[in-house]
Amino acid sequence: MAAESVQLAGLVEEFVAGQVDSRAADVAAGVKAGHFSALELVEALGLSLTSSQSQTRGRGVQLLSEVLQECYSGLSEREVEVLIAFYENRLKDHYAITPHVLRGLKALAKSTVLPPGSAVSILKSLFQDVNVQSLMLAERSCVYNMLISLMESREEELKGLGPDFVFGFVQAVDGERDPRNLLLAFQIARNIIHRGYDLSQFTEELFEVTSCYFPIDFTPPANDPHGITQEELILALRSVLAGTPRFAEFLLPLIIEKLDSDAQNAKVDSLQTLAACAPTYGHKELAEFLPGLWSSIRREVFQTASERVESAGLAALGALTFCLSRSVLTSDSEDALQVFLDLVLKDCQHHLYEPDLKLVWPSAKLLQAACGASYRSSLVVTAAVLPALLDQYSSRTQCAQRRTLLEVLHGFIQPTPSSRPAEGEESVLLPFQTSLCSTVFSALAETSAGLQITATKVLTTLGQQPGLLAESEVEKAVDHLTRLVLEEEDAQVSLAVVECAGSLSRLHPAAFVSRMVPRLKEEIFSEHVDESTPSRGQSKGAVRQRCVTALAAVSTQPSLVRESAPVLLQVLSSVHAGGSSFSMEEVTSVCHSLQRIAEQARGVEEIGTFFHDAVIPRLLALTLQAALQGQKSSDHSSALAQEAVLSALVPVISTACAALQTDLASQMAAQVVSLFLDGDVSFLPENAYPSQIQLLKSESESWTRSQLVCLLMACVCSLPRSVDVPELDRLLGQLEELSCTCVHTFSYTSAAKCFAGLVNKSSAGQALDAVVEKTLERIRATLDCESSAQRIQAFTLLVWVAKALLLRYHPLSAVSTDKIFSLLSDPQLGSRAADSFSVLMSDSPDVLNRSCHADVRIMYRQRFFAENSAKLVQGFNSAEKESKSVYLKALSHIVNNLPRQVQLSELPALLPLLLEALSCPDQAVQLSTLSCLQPVLLDPPPALTTQLEALFSRLLALTSSPAMKVRITALRCVHALSRLPEHMVLPFRARVLRALAAPLDDKKRLVRKEAVSARGEWFLLGSPGGK
Amino acid sequence: MSAATARLENANPHIFQRAGERLLTAGEEDEDVADPIDDREIFDLIRSINDPEHPLSLEELNVVEQLRVNVNDPGSTVSVEFTPTIPHCSMATLIGLSIKVKLLRSLPDRFKIDVHITPGTHASEDAVNKQLADKERVAAALENSQLLEVVNQCLSTRPV
Repeated sequence: MAAESVQLAGLVEEFVAGQVDSRAADVAAGVKAGHFSALELVEALGLSLTSSQSQTRGRGVQLLSEVLQECYSGLSEREVEVLIAFYENRLKDHYAITPHVLRGLKALAKSTVLPPGSAVSILKSLFQDVNVQSLMLAERSCVYNMLISLMESREEELKGLGPDFVFGFVQAVDGERDPRNLLLAFQIARNIIHRGYDLSQFTEELFEVTSCYFPIDFTPPANDPHGITQEELILALRSVLAGTPRFAEFLLPLIIEKLDSDAQNAKVDSLQTLAACAPTYGHKELAEFLPGLWSSIRREVFQTASERVESAGLAALGALTFCLSRSVLTSDSEDALQVFLDLVLKDCQHHLYEPDLKLVWPSAKLLQAACGASYRSSLVVTAAVLPALLDQYSSRTQCAQRRTLLEVLHGFIQPTPSSRPAEGEESVLLPFQTSLCSTVFSALAETSAGLQITATKVLTTLGQQPGLLAESEVEKAVDHLTRLVLEEEDAQVSLAVVECAGSLSRLHPAAFVSRMVPRLKEEIFSEHVDESTPSRGQSKGAVRQRCVTALAAVSTQPSLVRESAPVLLQVLSSVHAGGSSFSMEEVTSVCHSLQRIAEQARGVEEIGTFFHDAVIPRLLALTLQAALQGQKSSDHSSALAQEAVLSALVPVISTACAALQTDLASQMAAQVVSLFLDGDVSFLPENAYPSQIQLLKSESESWTRSQLVCLLMACVCSLPRSVDVPELDRLLGQLEELSCTCVHTFSYTSAAKCFAGLVNKSSAGQALDAVVEKTLERIRATLDCESSAQRIQAFTLLVWVAKALLLRYHPLSAVSTDKIFSLLSDPQLGSRAADSFSVLMSDSPDVLNRSCHADVRIMYRQRFFAENSAKLVQGFNSAEKESKSVYLKALSHIVNNLPRQVQLSELPALLPLLLEALSCPDQAVQLSTLSCLQPVLLDPPPALTTQLEALFSRLLALTSSPAMKVRITALRCVHALSRLPEHMVLPFRARVLRALAAPLDDKKRLVRKEAVSARGEWFLLGSPGGK
Repeated sequence: MSAATARLENANPHIFQRAGERLLTAGEEDEDVADPIDDREIFDLIRSINDPEHPLSLEELNVVEQLRVNVNDPGSTVSVEFTPTIPHCSMATLIGLSIKVKLLRSLPDRFKIDVHITPGTHASEDAVNKQLADKERVAAALENSQLLEVVNQCLSTRPV
């Protein structure tokens, strides 16, 4: 024991007299470890604490405080009490000691055994003896932190202090300037307000001391280490100011005053603060200021050029209205909401009836904001506005005016979450239902495209609110839409009509089944062009196209799919039968529509079942017949045997199969595999096929059959992973054989993709490894034989297998990708090998993507890039001059597909190579590099800034490239560079402006357009009023 | 912002519908076809210029219209007429200057650019036209940094 006290005395001596700061930590460690107690420390300090030298006393208190900061949790209640009494007393001591005293008190305030009454006594002496604002930054922060921790632990005691506590805080904080401390001060003020401390006569003082910072204008210093943002300060202050209705009488005039300011940020902040007040305020607080607030909000929304101010103004108006809607009515006063809305209506309503003038829009937005705030306000506003709007609509005759009126109307009928009728209330639009419908129908019957589009929007909105369209009106609406699908040539109108039909069909499928689908079907199959029909002058194809698109769009419910899909299938079978007038484009668009319907199966099981039972077998039957027929007769080949149509059918089948439930999916897999392996046609309709159809045999003349493998791929490669494909080994063997030996490009590519799709999903293990190794061996043997006729086939299979393995992180993937890398130097396959990296890195639409349940690990691209980029750079450096471009091409394919974050982090290393690629004569390389650079330039990494000279000279040279796309992308890059910090790019301004004068006279308009916008921005750079 | 706080000369002007985007034709995407500079292309250059007073474009205020734009590509001349919203509009010169500067920056050197007020639509039509036609006065105006600032603001693409 004695040894320890000697040791302690030594440590204290070294700290106090020897000025060795590190001894404090040693003492703290000793106290923590129990070698000596706090009492012993005080005893050891003894003389230093009572010394007549203020410096020595300071050192003594400092040591004590530093130790306490470490070990306040181990003190007993009695020790705390004594220490607090000591520290309180020291507050009166020399000013140089105060900082250490505050630190000690702060540590003690955190203690859990703080004796009752000591919190109050600490604060009393603090407020009495310390002038907080004369302290340094760190000590002020110490005081605030002490307040915060006492408010957390001793709330009841502090409240006992009454208004003195608030007054003390107000005095302490008055004049604070540092943003770090302000955040703490705002936190204390917020606690005072929200936790119910007694403000009484100091309400105004507390408001004054915080509101003097409003609105906050703070720009953090460059490379700010504290990371305090203006936004943080604004939100902290707002929660203080808007926290209590007792501030209302001071805050509202302040807001009105700040709204008059010229600074946009002040306006926005004021409006947002006003909106934040609404939830706590009532009518009582607002009443006096409503006219002033309203006129400020109106002025801002009417005059502003800034969308931020406008939307903040509208939100504030909405919040005010919401607040008034909540206020309780008393029998002797007027309805506050009604009075306020009358004010709004008086100022805005008349502008609605001047649809040509500018103020119609801001007025409408204001009224709509008030209308959408609550159910009560929507009752008042719609009752005032809608009849007059409908009246105006019928009295105006110009389409543009009617359109404006209808757009305004649309804003009023859109439901908002807060104005939705509650249980038992009915829609506010119900009284106007009939006149709304008749207005919409009359607008749909107009010839103006804009008016029709707006009318479809209104119709959609009406249709989505229950009870607003009666049965007969739905039917009328469907008739109008059908007529527009058949007759309307304007692409935008058709699009709007189809969208509207799609959304109405969800709620009212029956009307579409009975009225629209039959009419469209009739039109699709009507062969003769009747001169008397309204469709005269239009091409038959365009009408059919619209009918087909509309059919797909309305197929949202099973009952509709059962009607619409057979129509589309009938088109395909009539195409197959021949003699019909459908063009190739129409056939592919029919396939595309079927795909859109198949997409609905994802959410609705019934639709998936329908595809499984009827649609897919029918499609397979049709294509199989077409294939067999094409083989027999060489003169007439069915359209369904064409590659374009088959490629369009692939997504139909794969989308549908991907959505199948497990049992249906297994059934589908079994049926399709036995069809392709054994020629089992039993599940197909119209059973009239020759026996012994071998679909996976690669005889040279039978490509019409072998290409059907793409449908096999569509089916088995998109099934859920839980489904086992039967006879997998035999299937893989035949697919490998077909893909290696077939000479028909589409067939062997599809076979390779199908093989890859299956490999990707097979369960890992030796069986899979054996198959893959065997295949890779065969590929290697073929590729190594330079004279082999099947090198391209083998290469294609290699690429797809490599992709399948890469996606699932299979250990063998490195073997396959290394083979591709080595082929970059192959004279015959080098260029293909470079392009194959695009296949490896991008999502392929028909197979091996997430929507067909492939095994795709996250970040496989980054991983591939990280493992292989060095090989490319090395290959580039060691390659002959002529073959360098192959490596650049491969690199640009890889980099192009990387996520932007990775691009940014890798760019410094790659930049020299990418710049090299820009001067590579291959246009494809140039284009791909430019399109990779362009997004990076929008937010350029620091590495770029040192290379600007090289970048500019290459980009500007490319603006006169012979290829139009290169010119366009190069100009876009130059445009993007204008957004770099001014000091970096200003030196290039004159040079860029001179260089961009030439493309202004480019022969292509699209190039000129880019040149104009780029040059315009460069002119603004560094020019007054520019940026 | 000074414009917003001062009284506007015409606080509630008529607004007009914008023309749609120019439709892309197959010819424009074909490398080998030369697209001549036509009226619509010139109109597209100037229609999005901001009005100095309102947050609206010159097209929305009907200050410029496509049928008042004439271009002769082989002859290298462009003529644009613009219509101030009210006959005493004090901004007429500024609007004319903005149009002129926009065309100077966006067209090849070979063009002779003529910007003037639609006859009979402004009180001091001749004076404004004369100013806009005088090369040296236009150049001098752009030396004035305050004027240049307003012109540049009119030509800035609005932040979205």
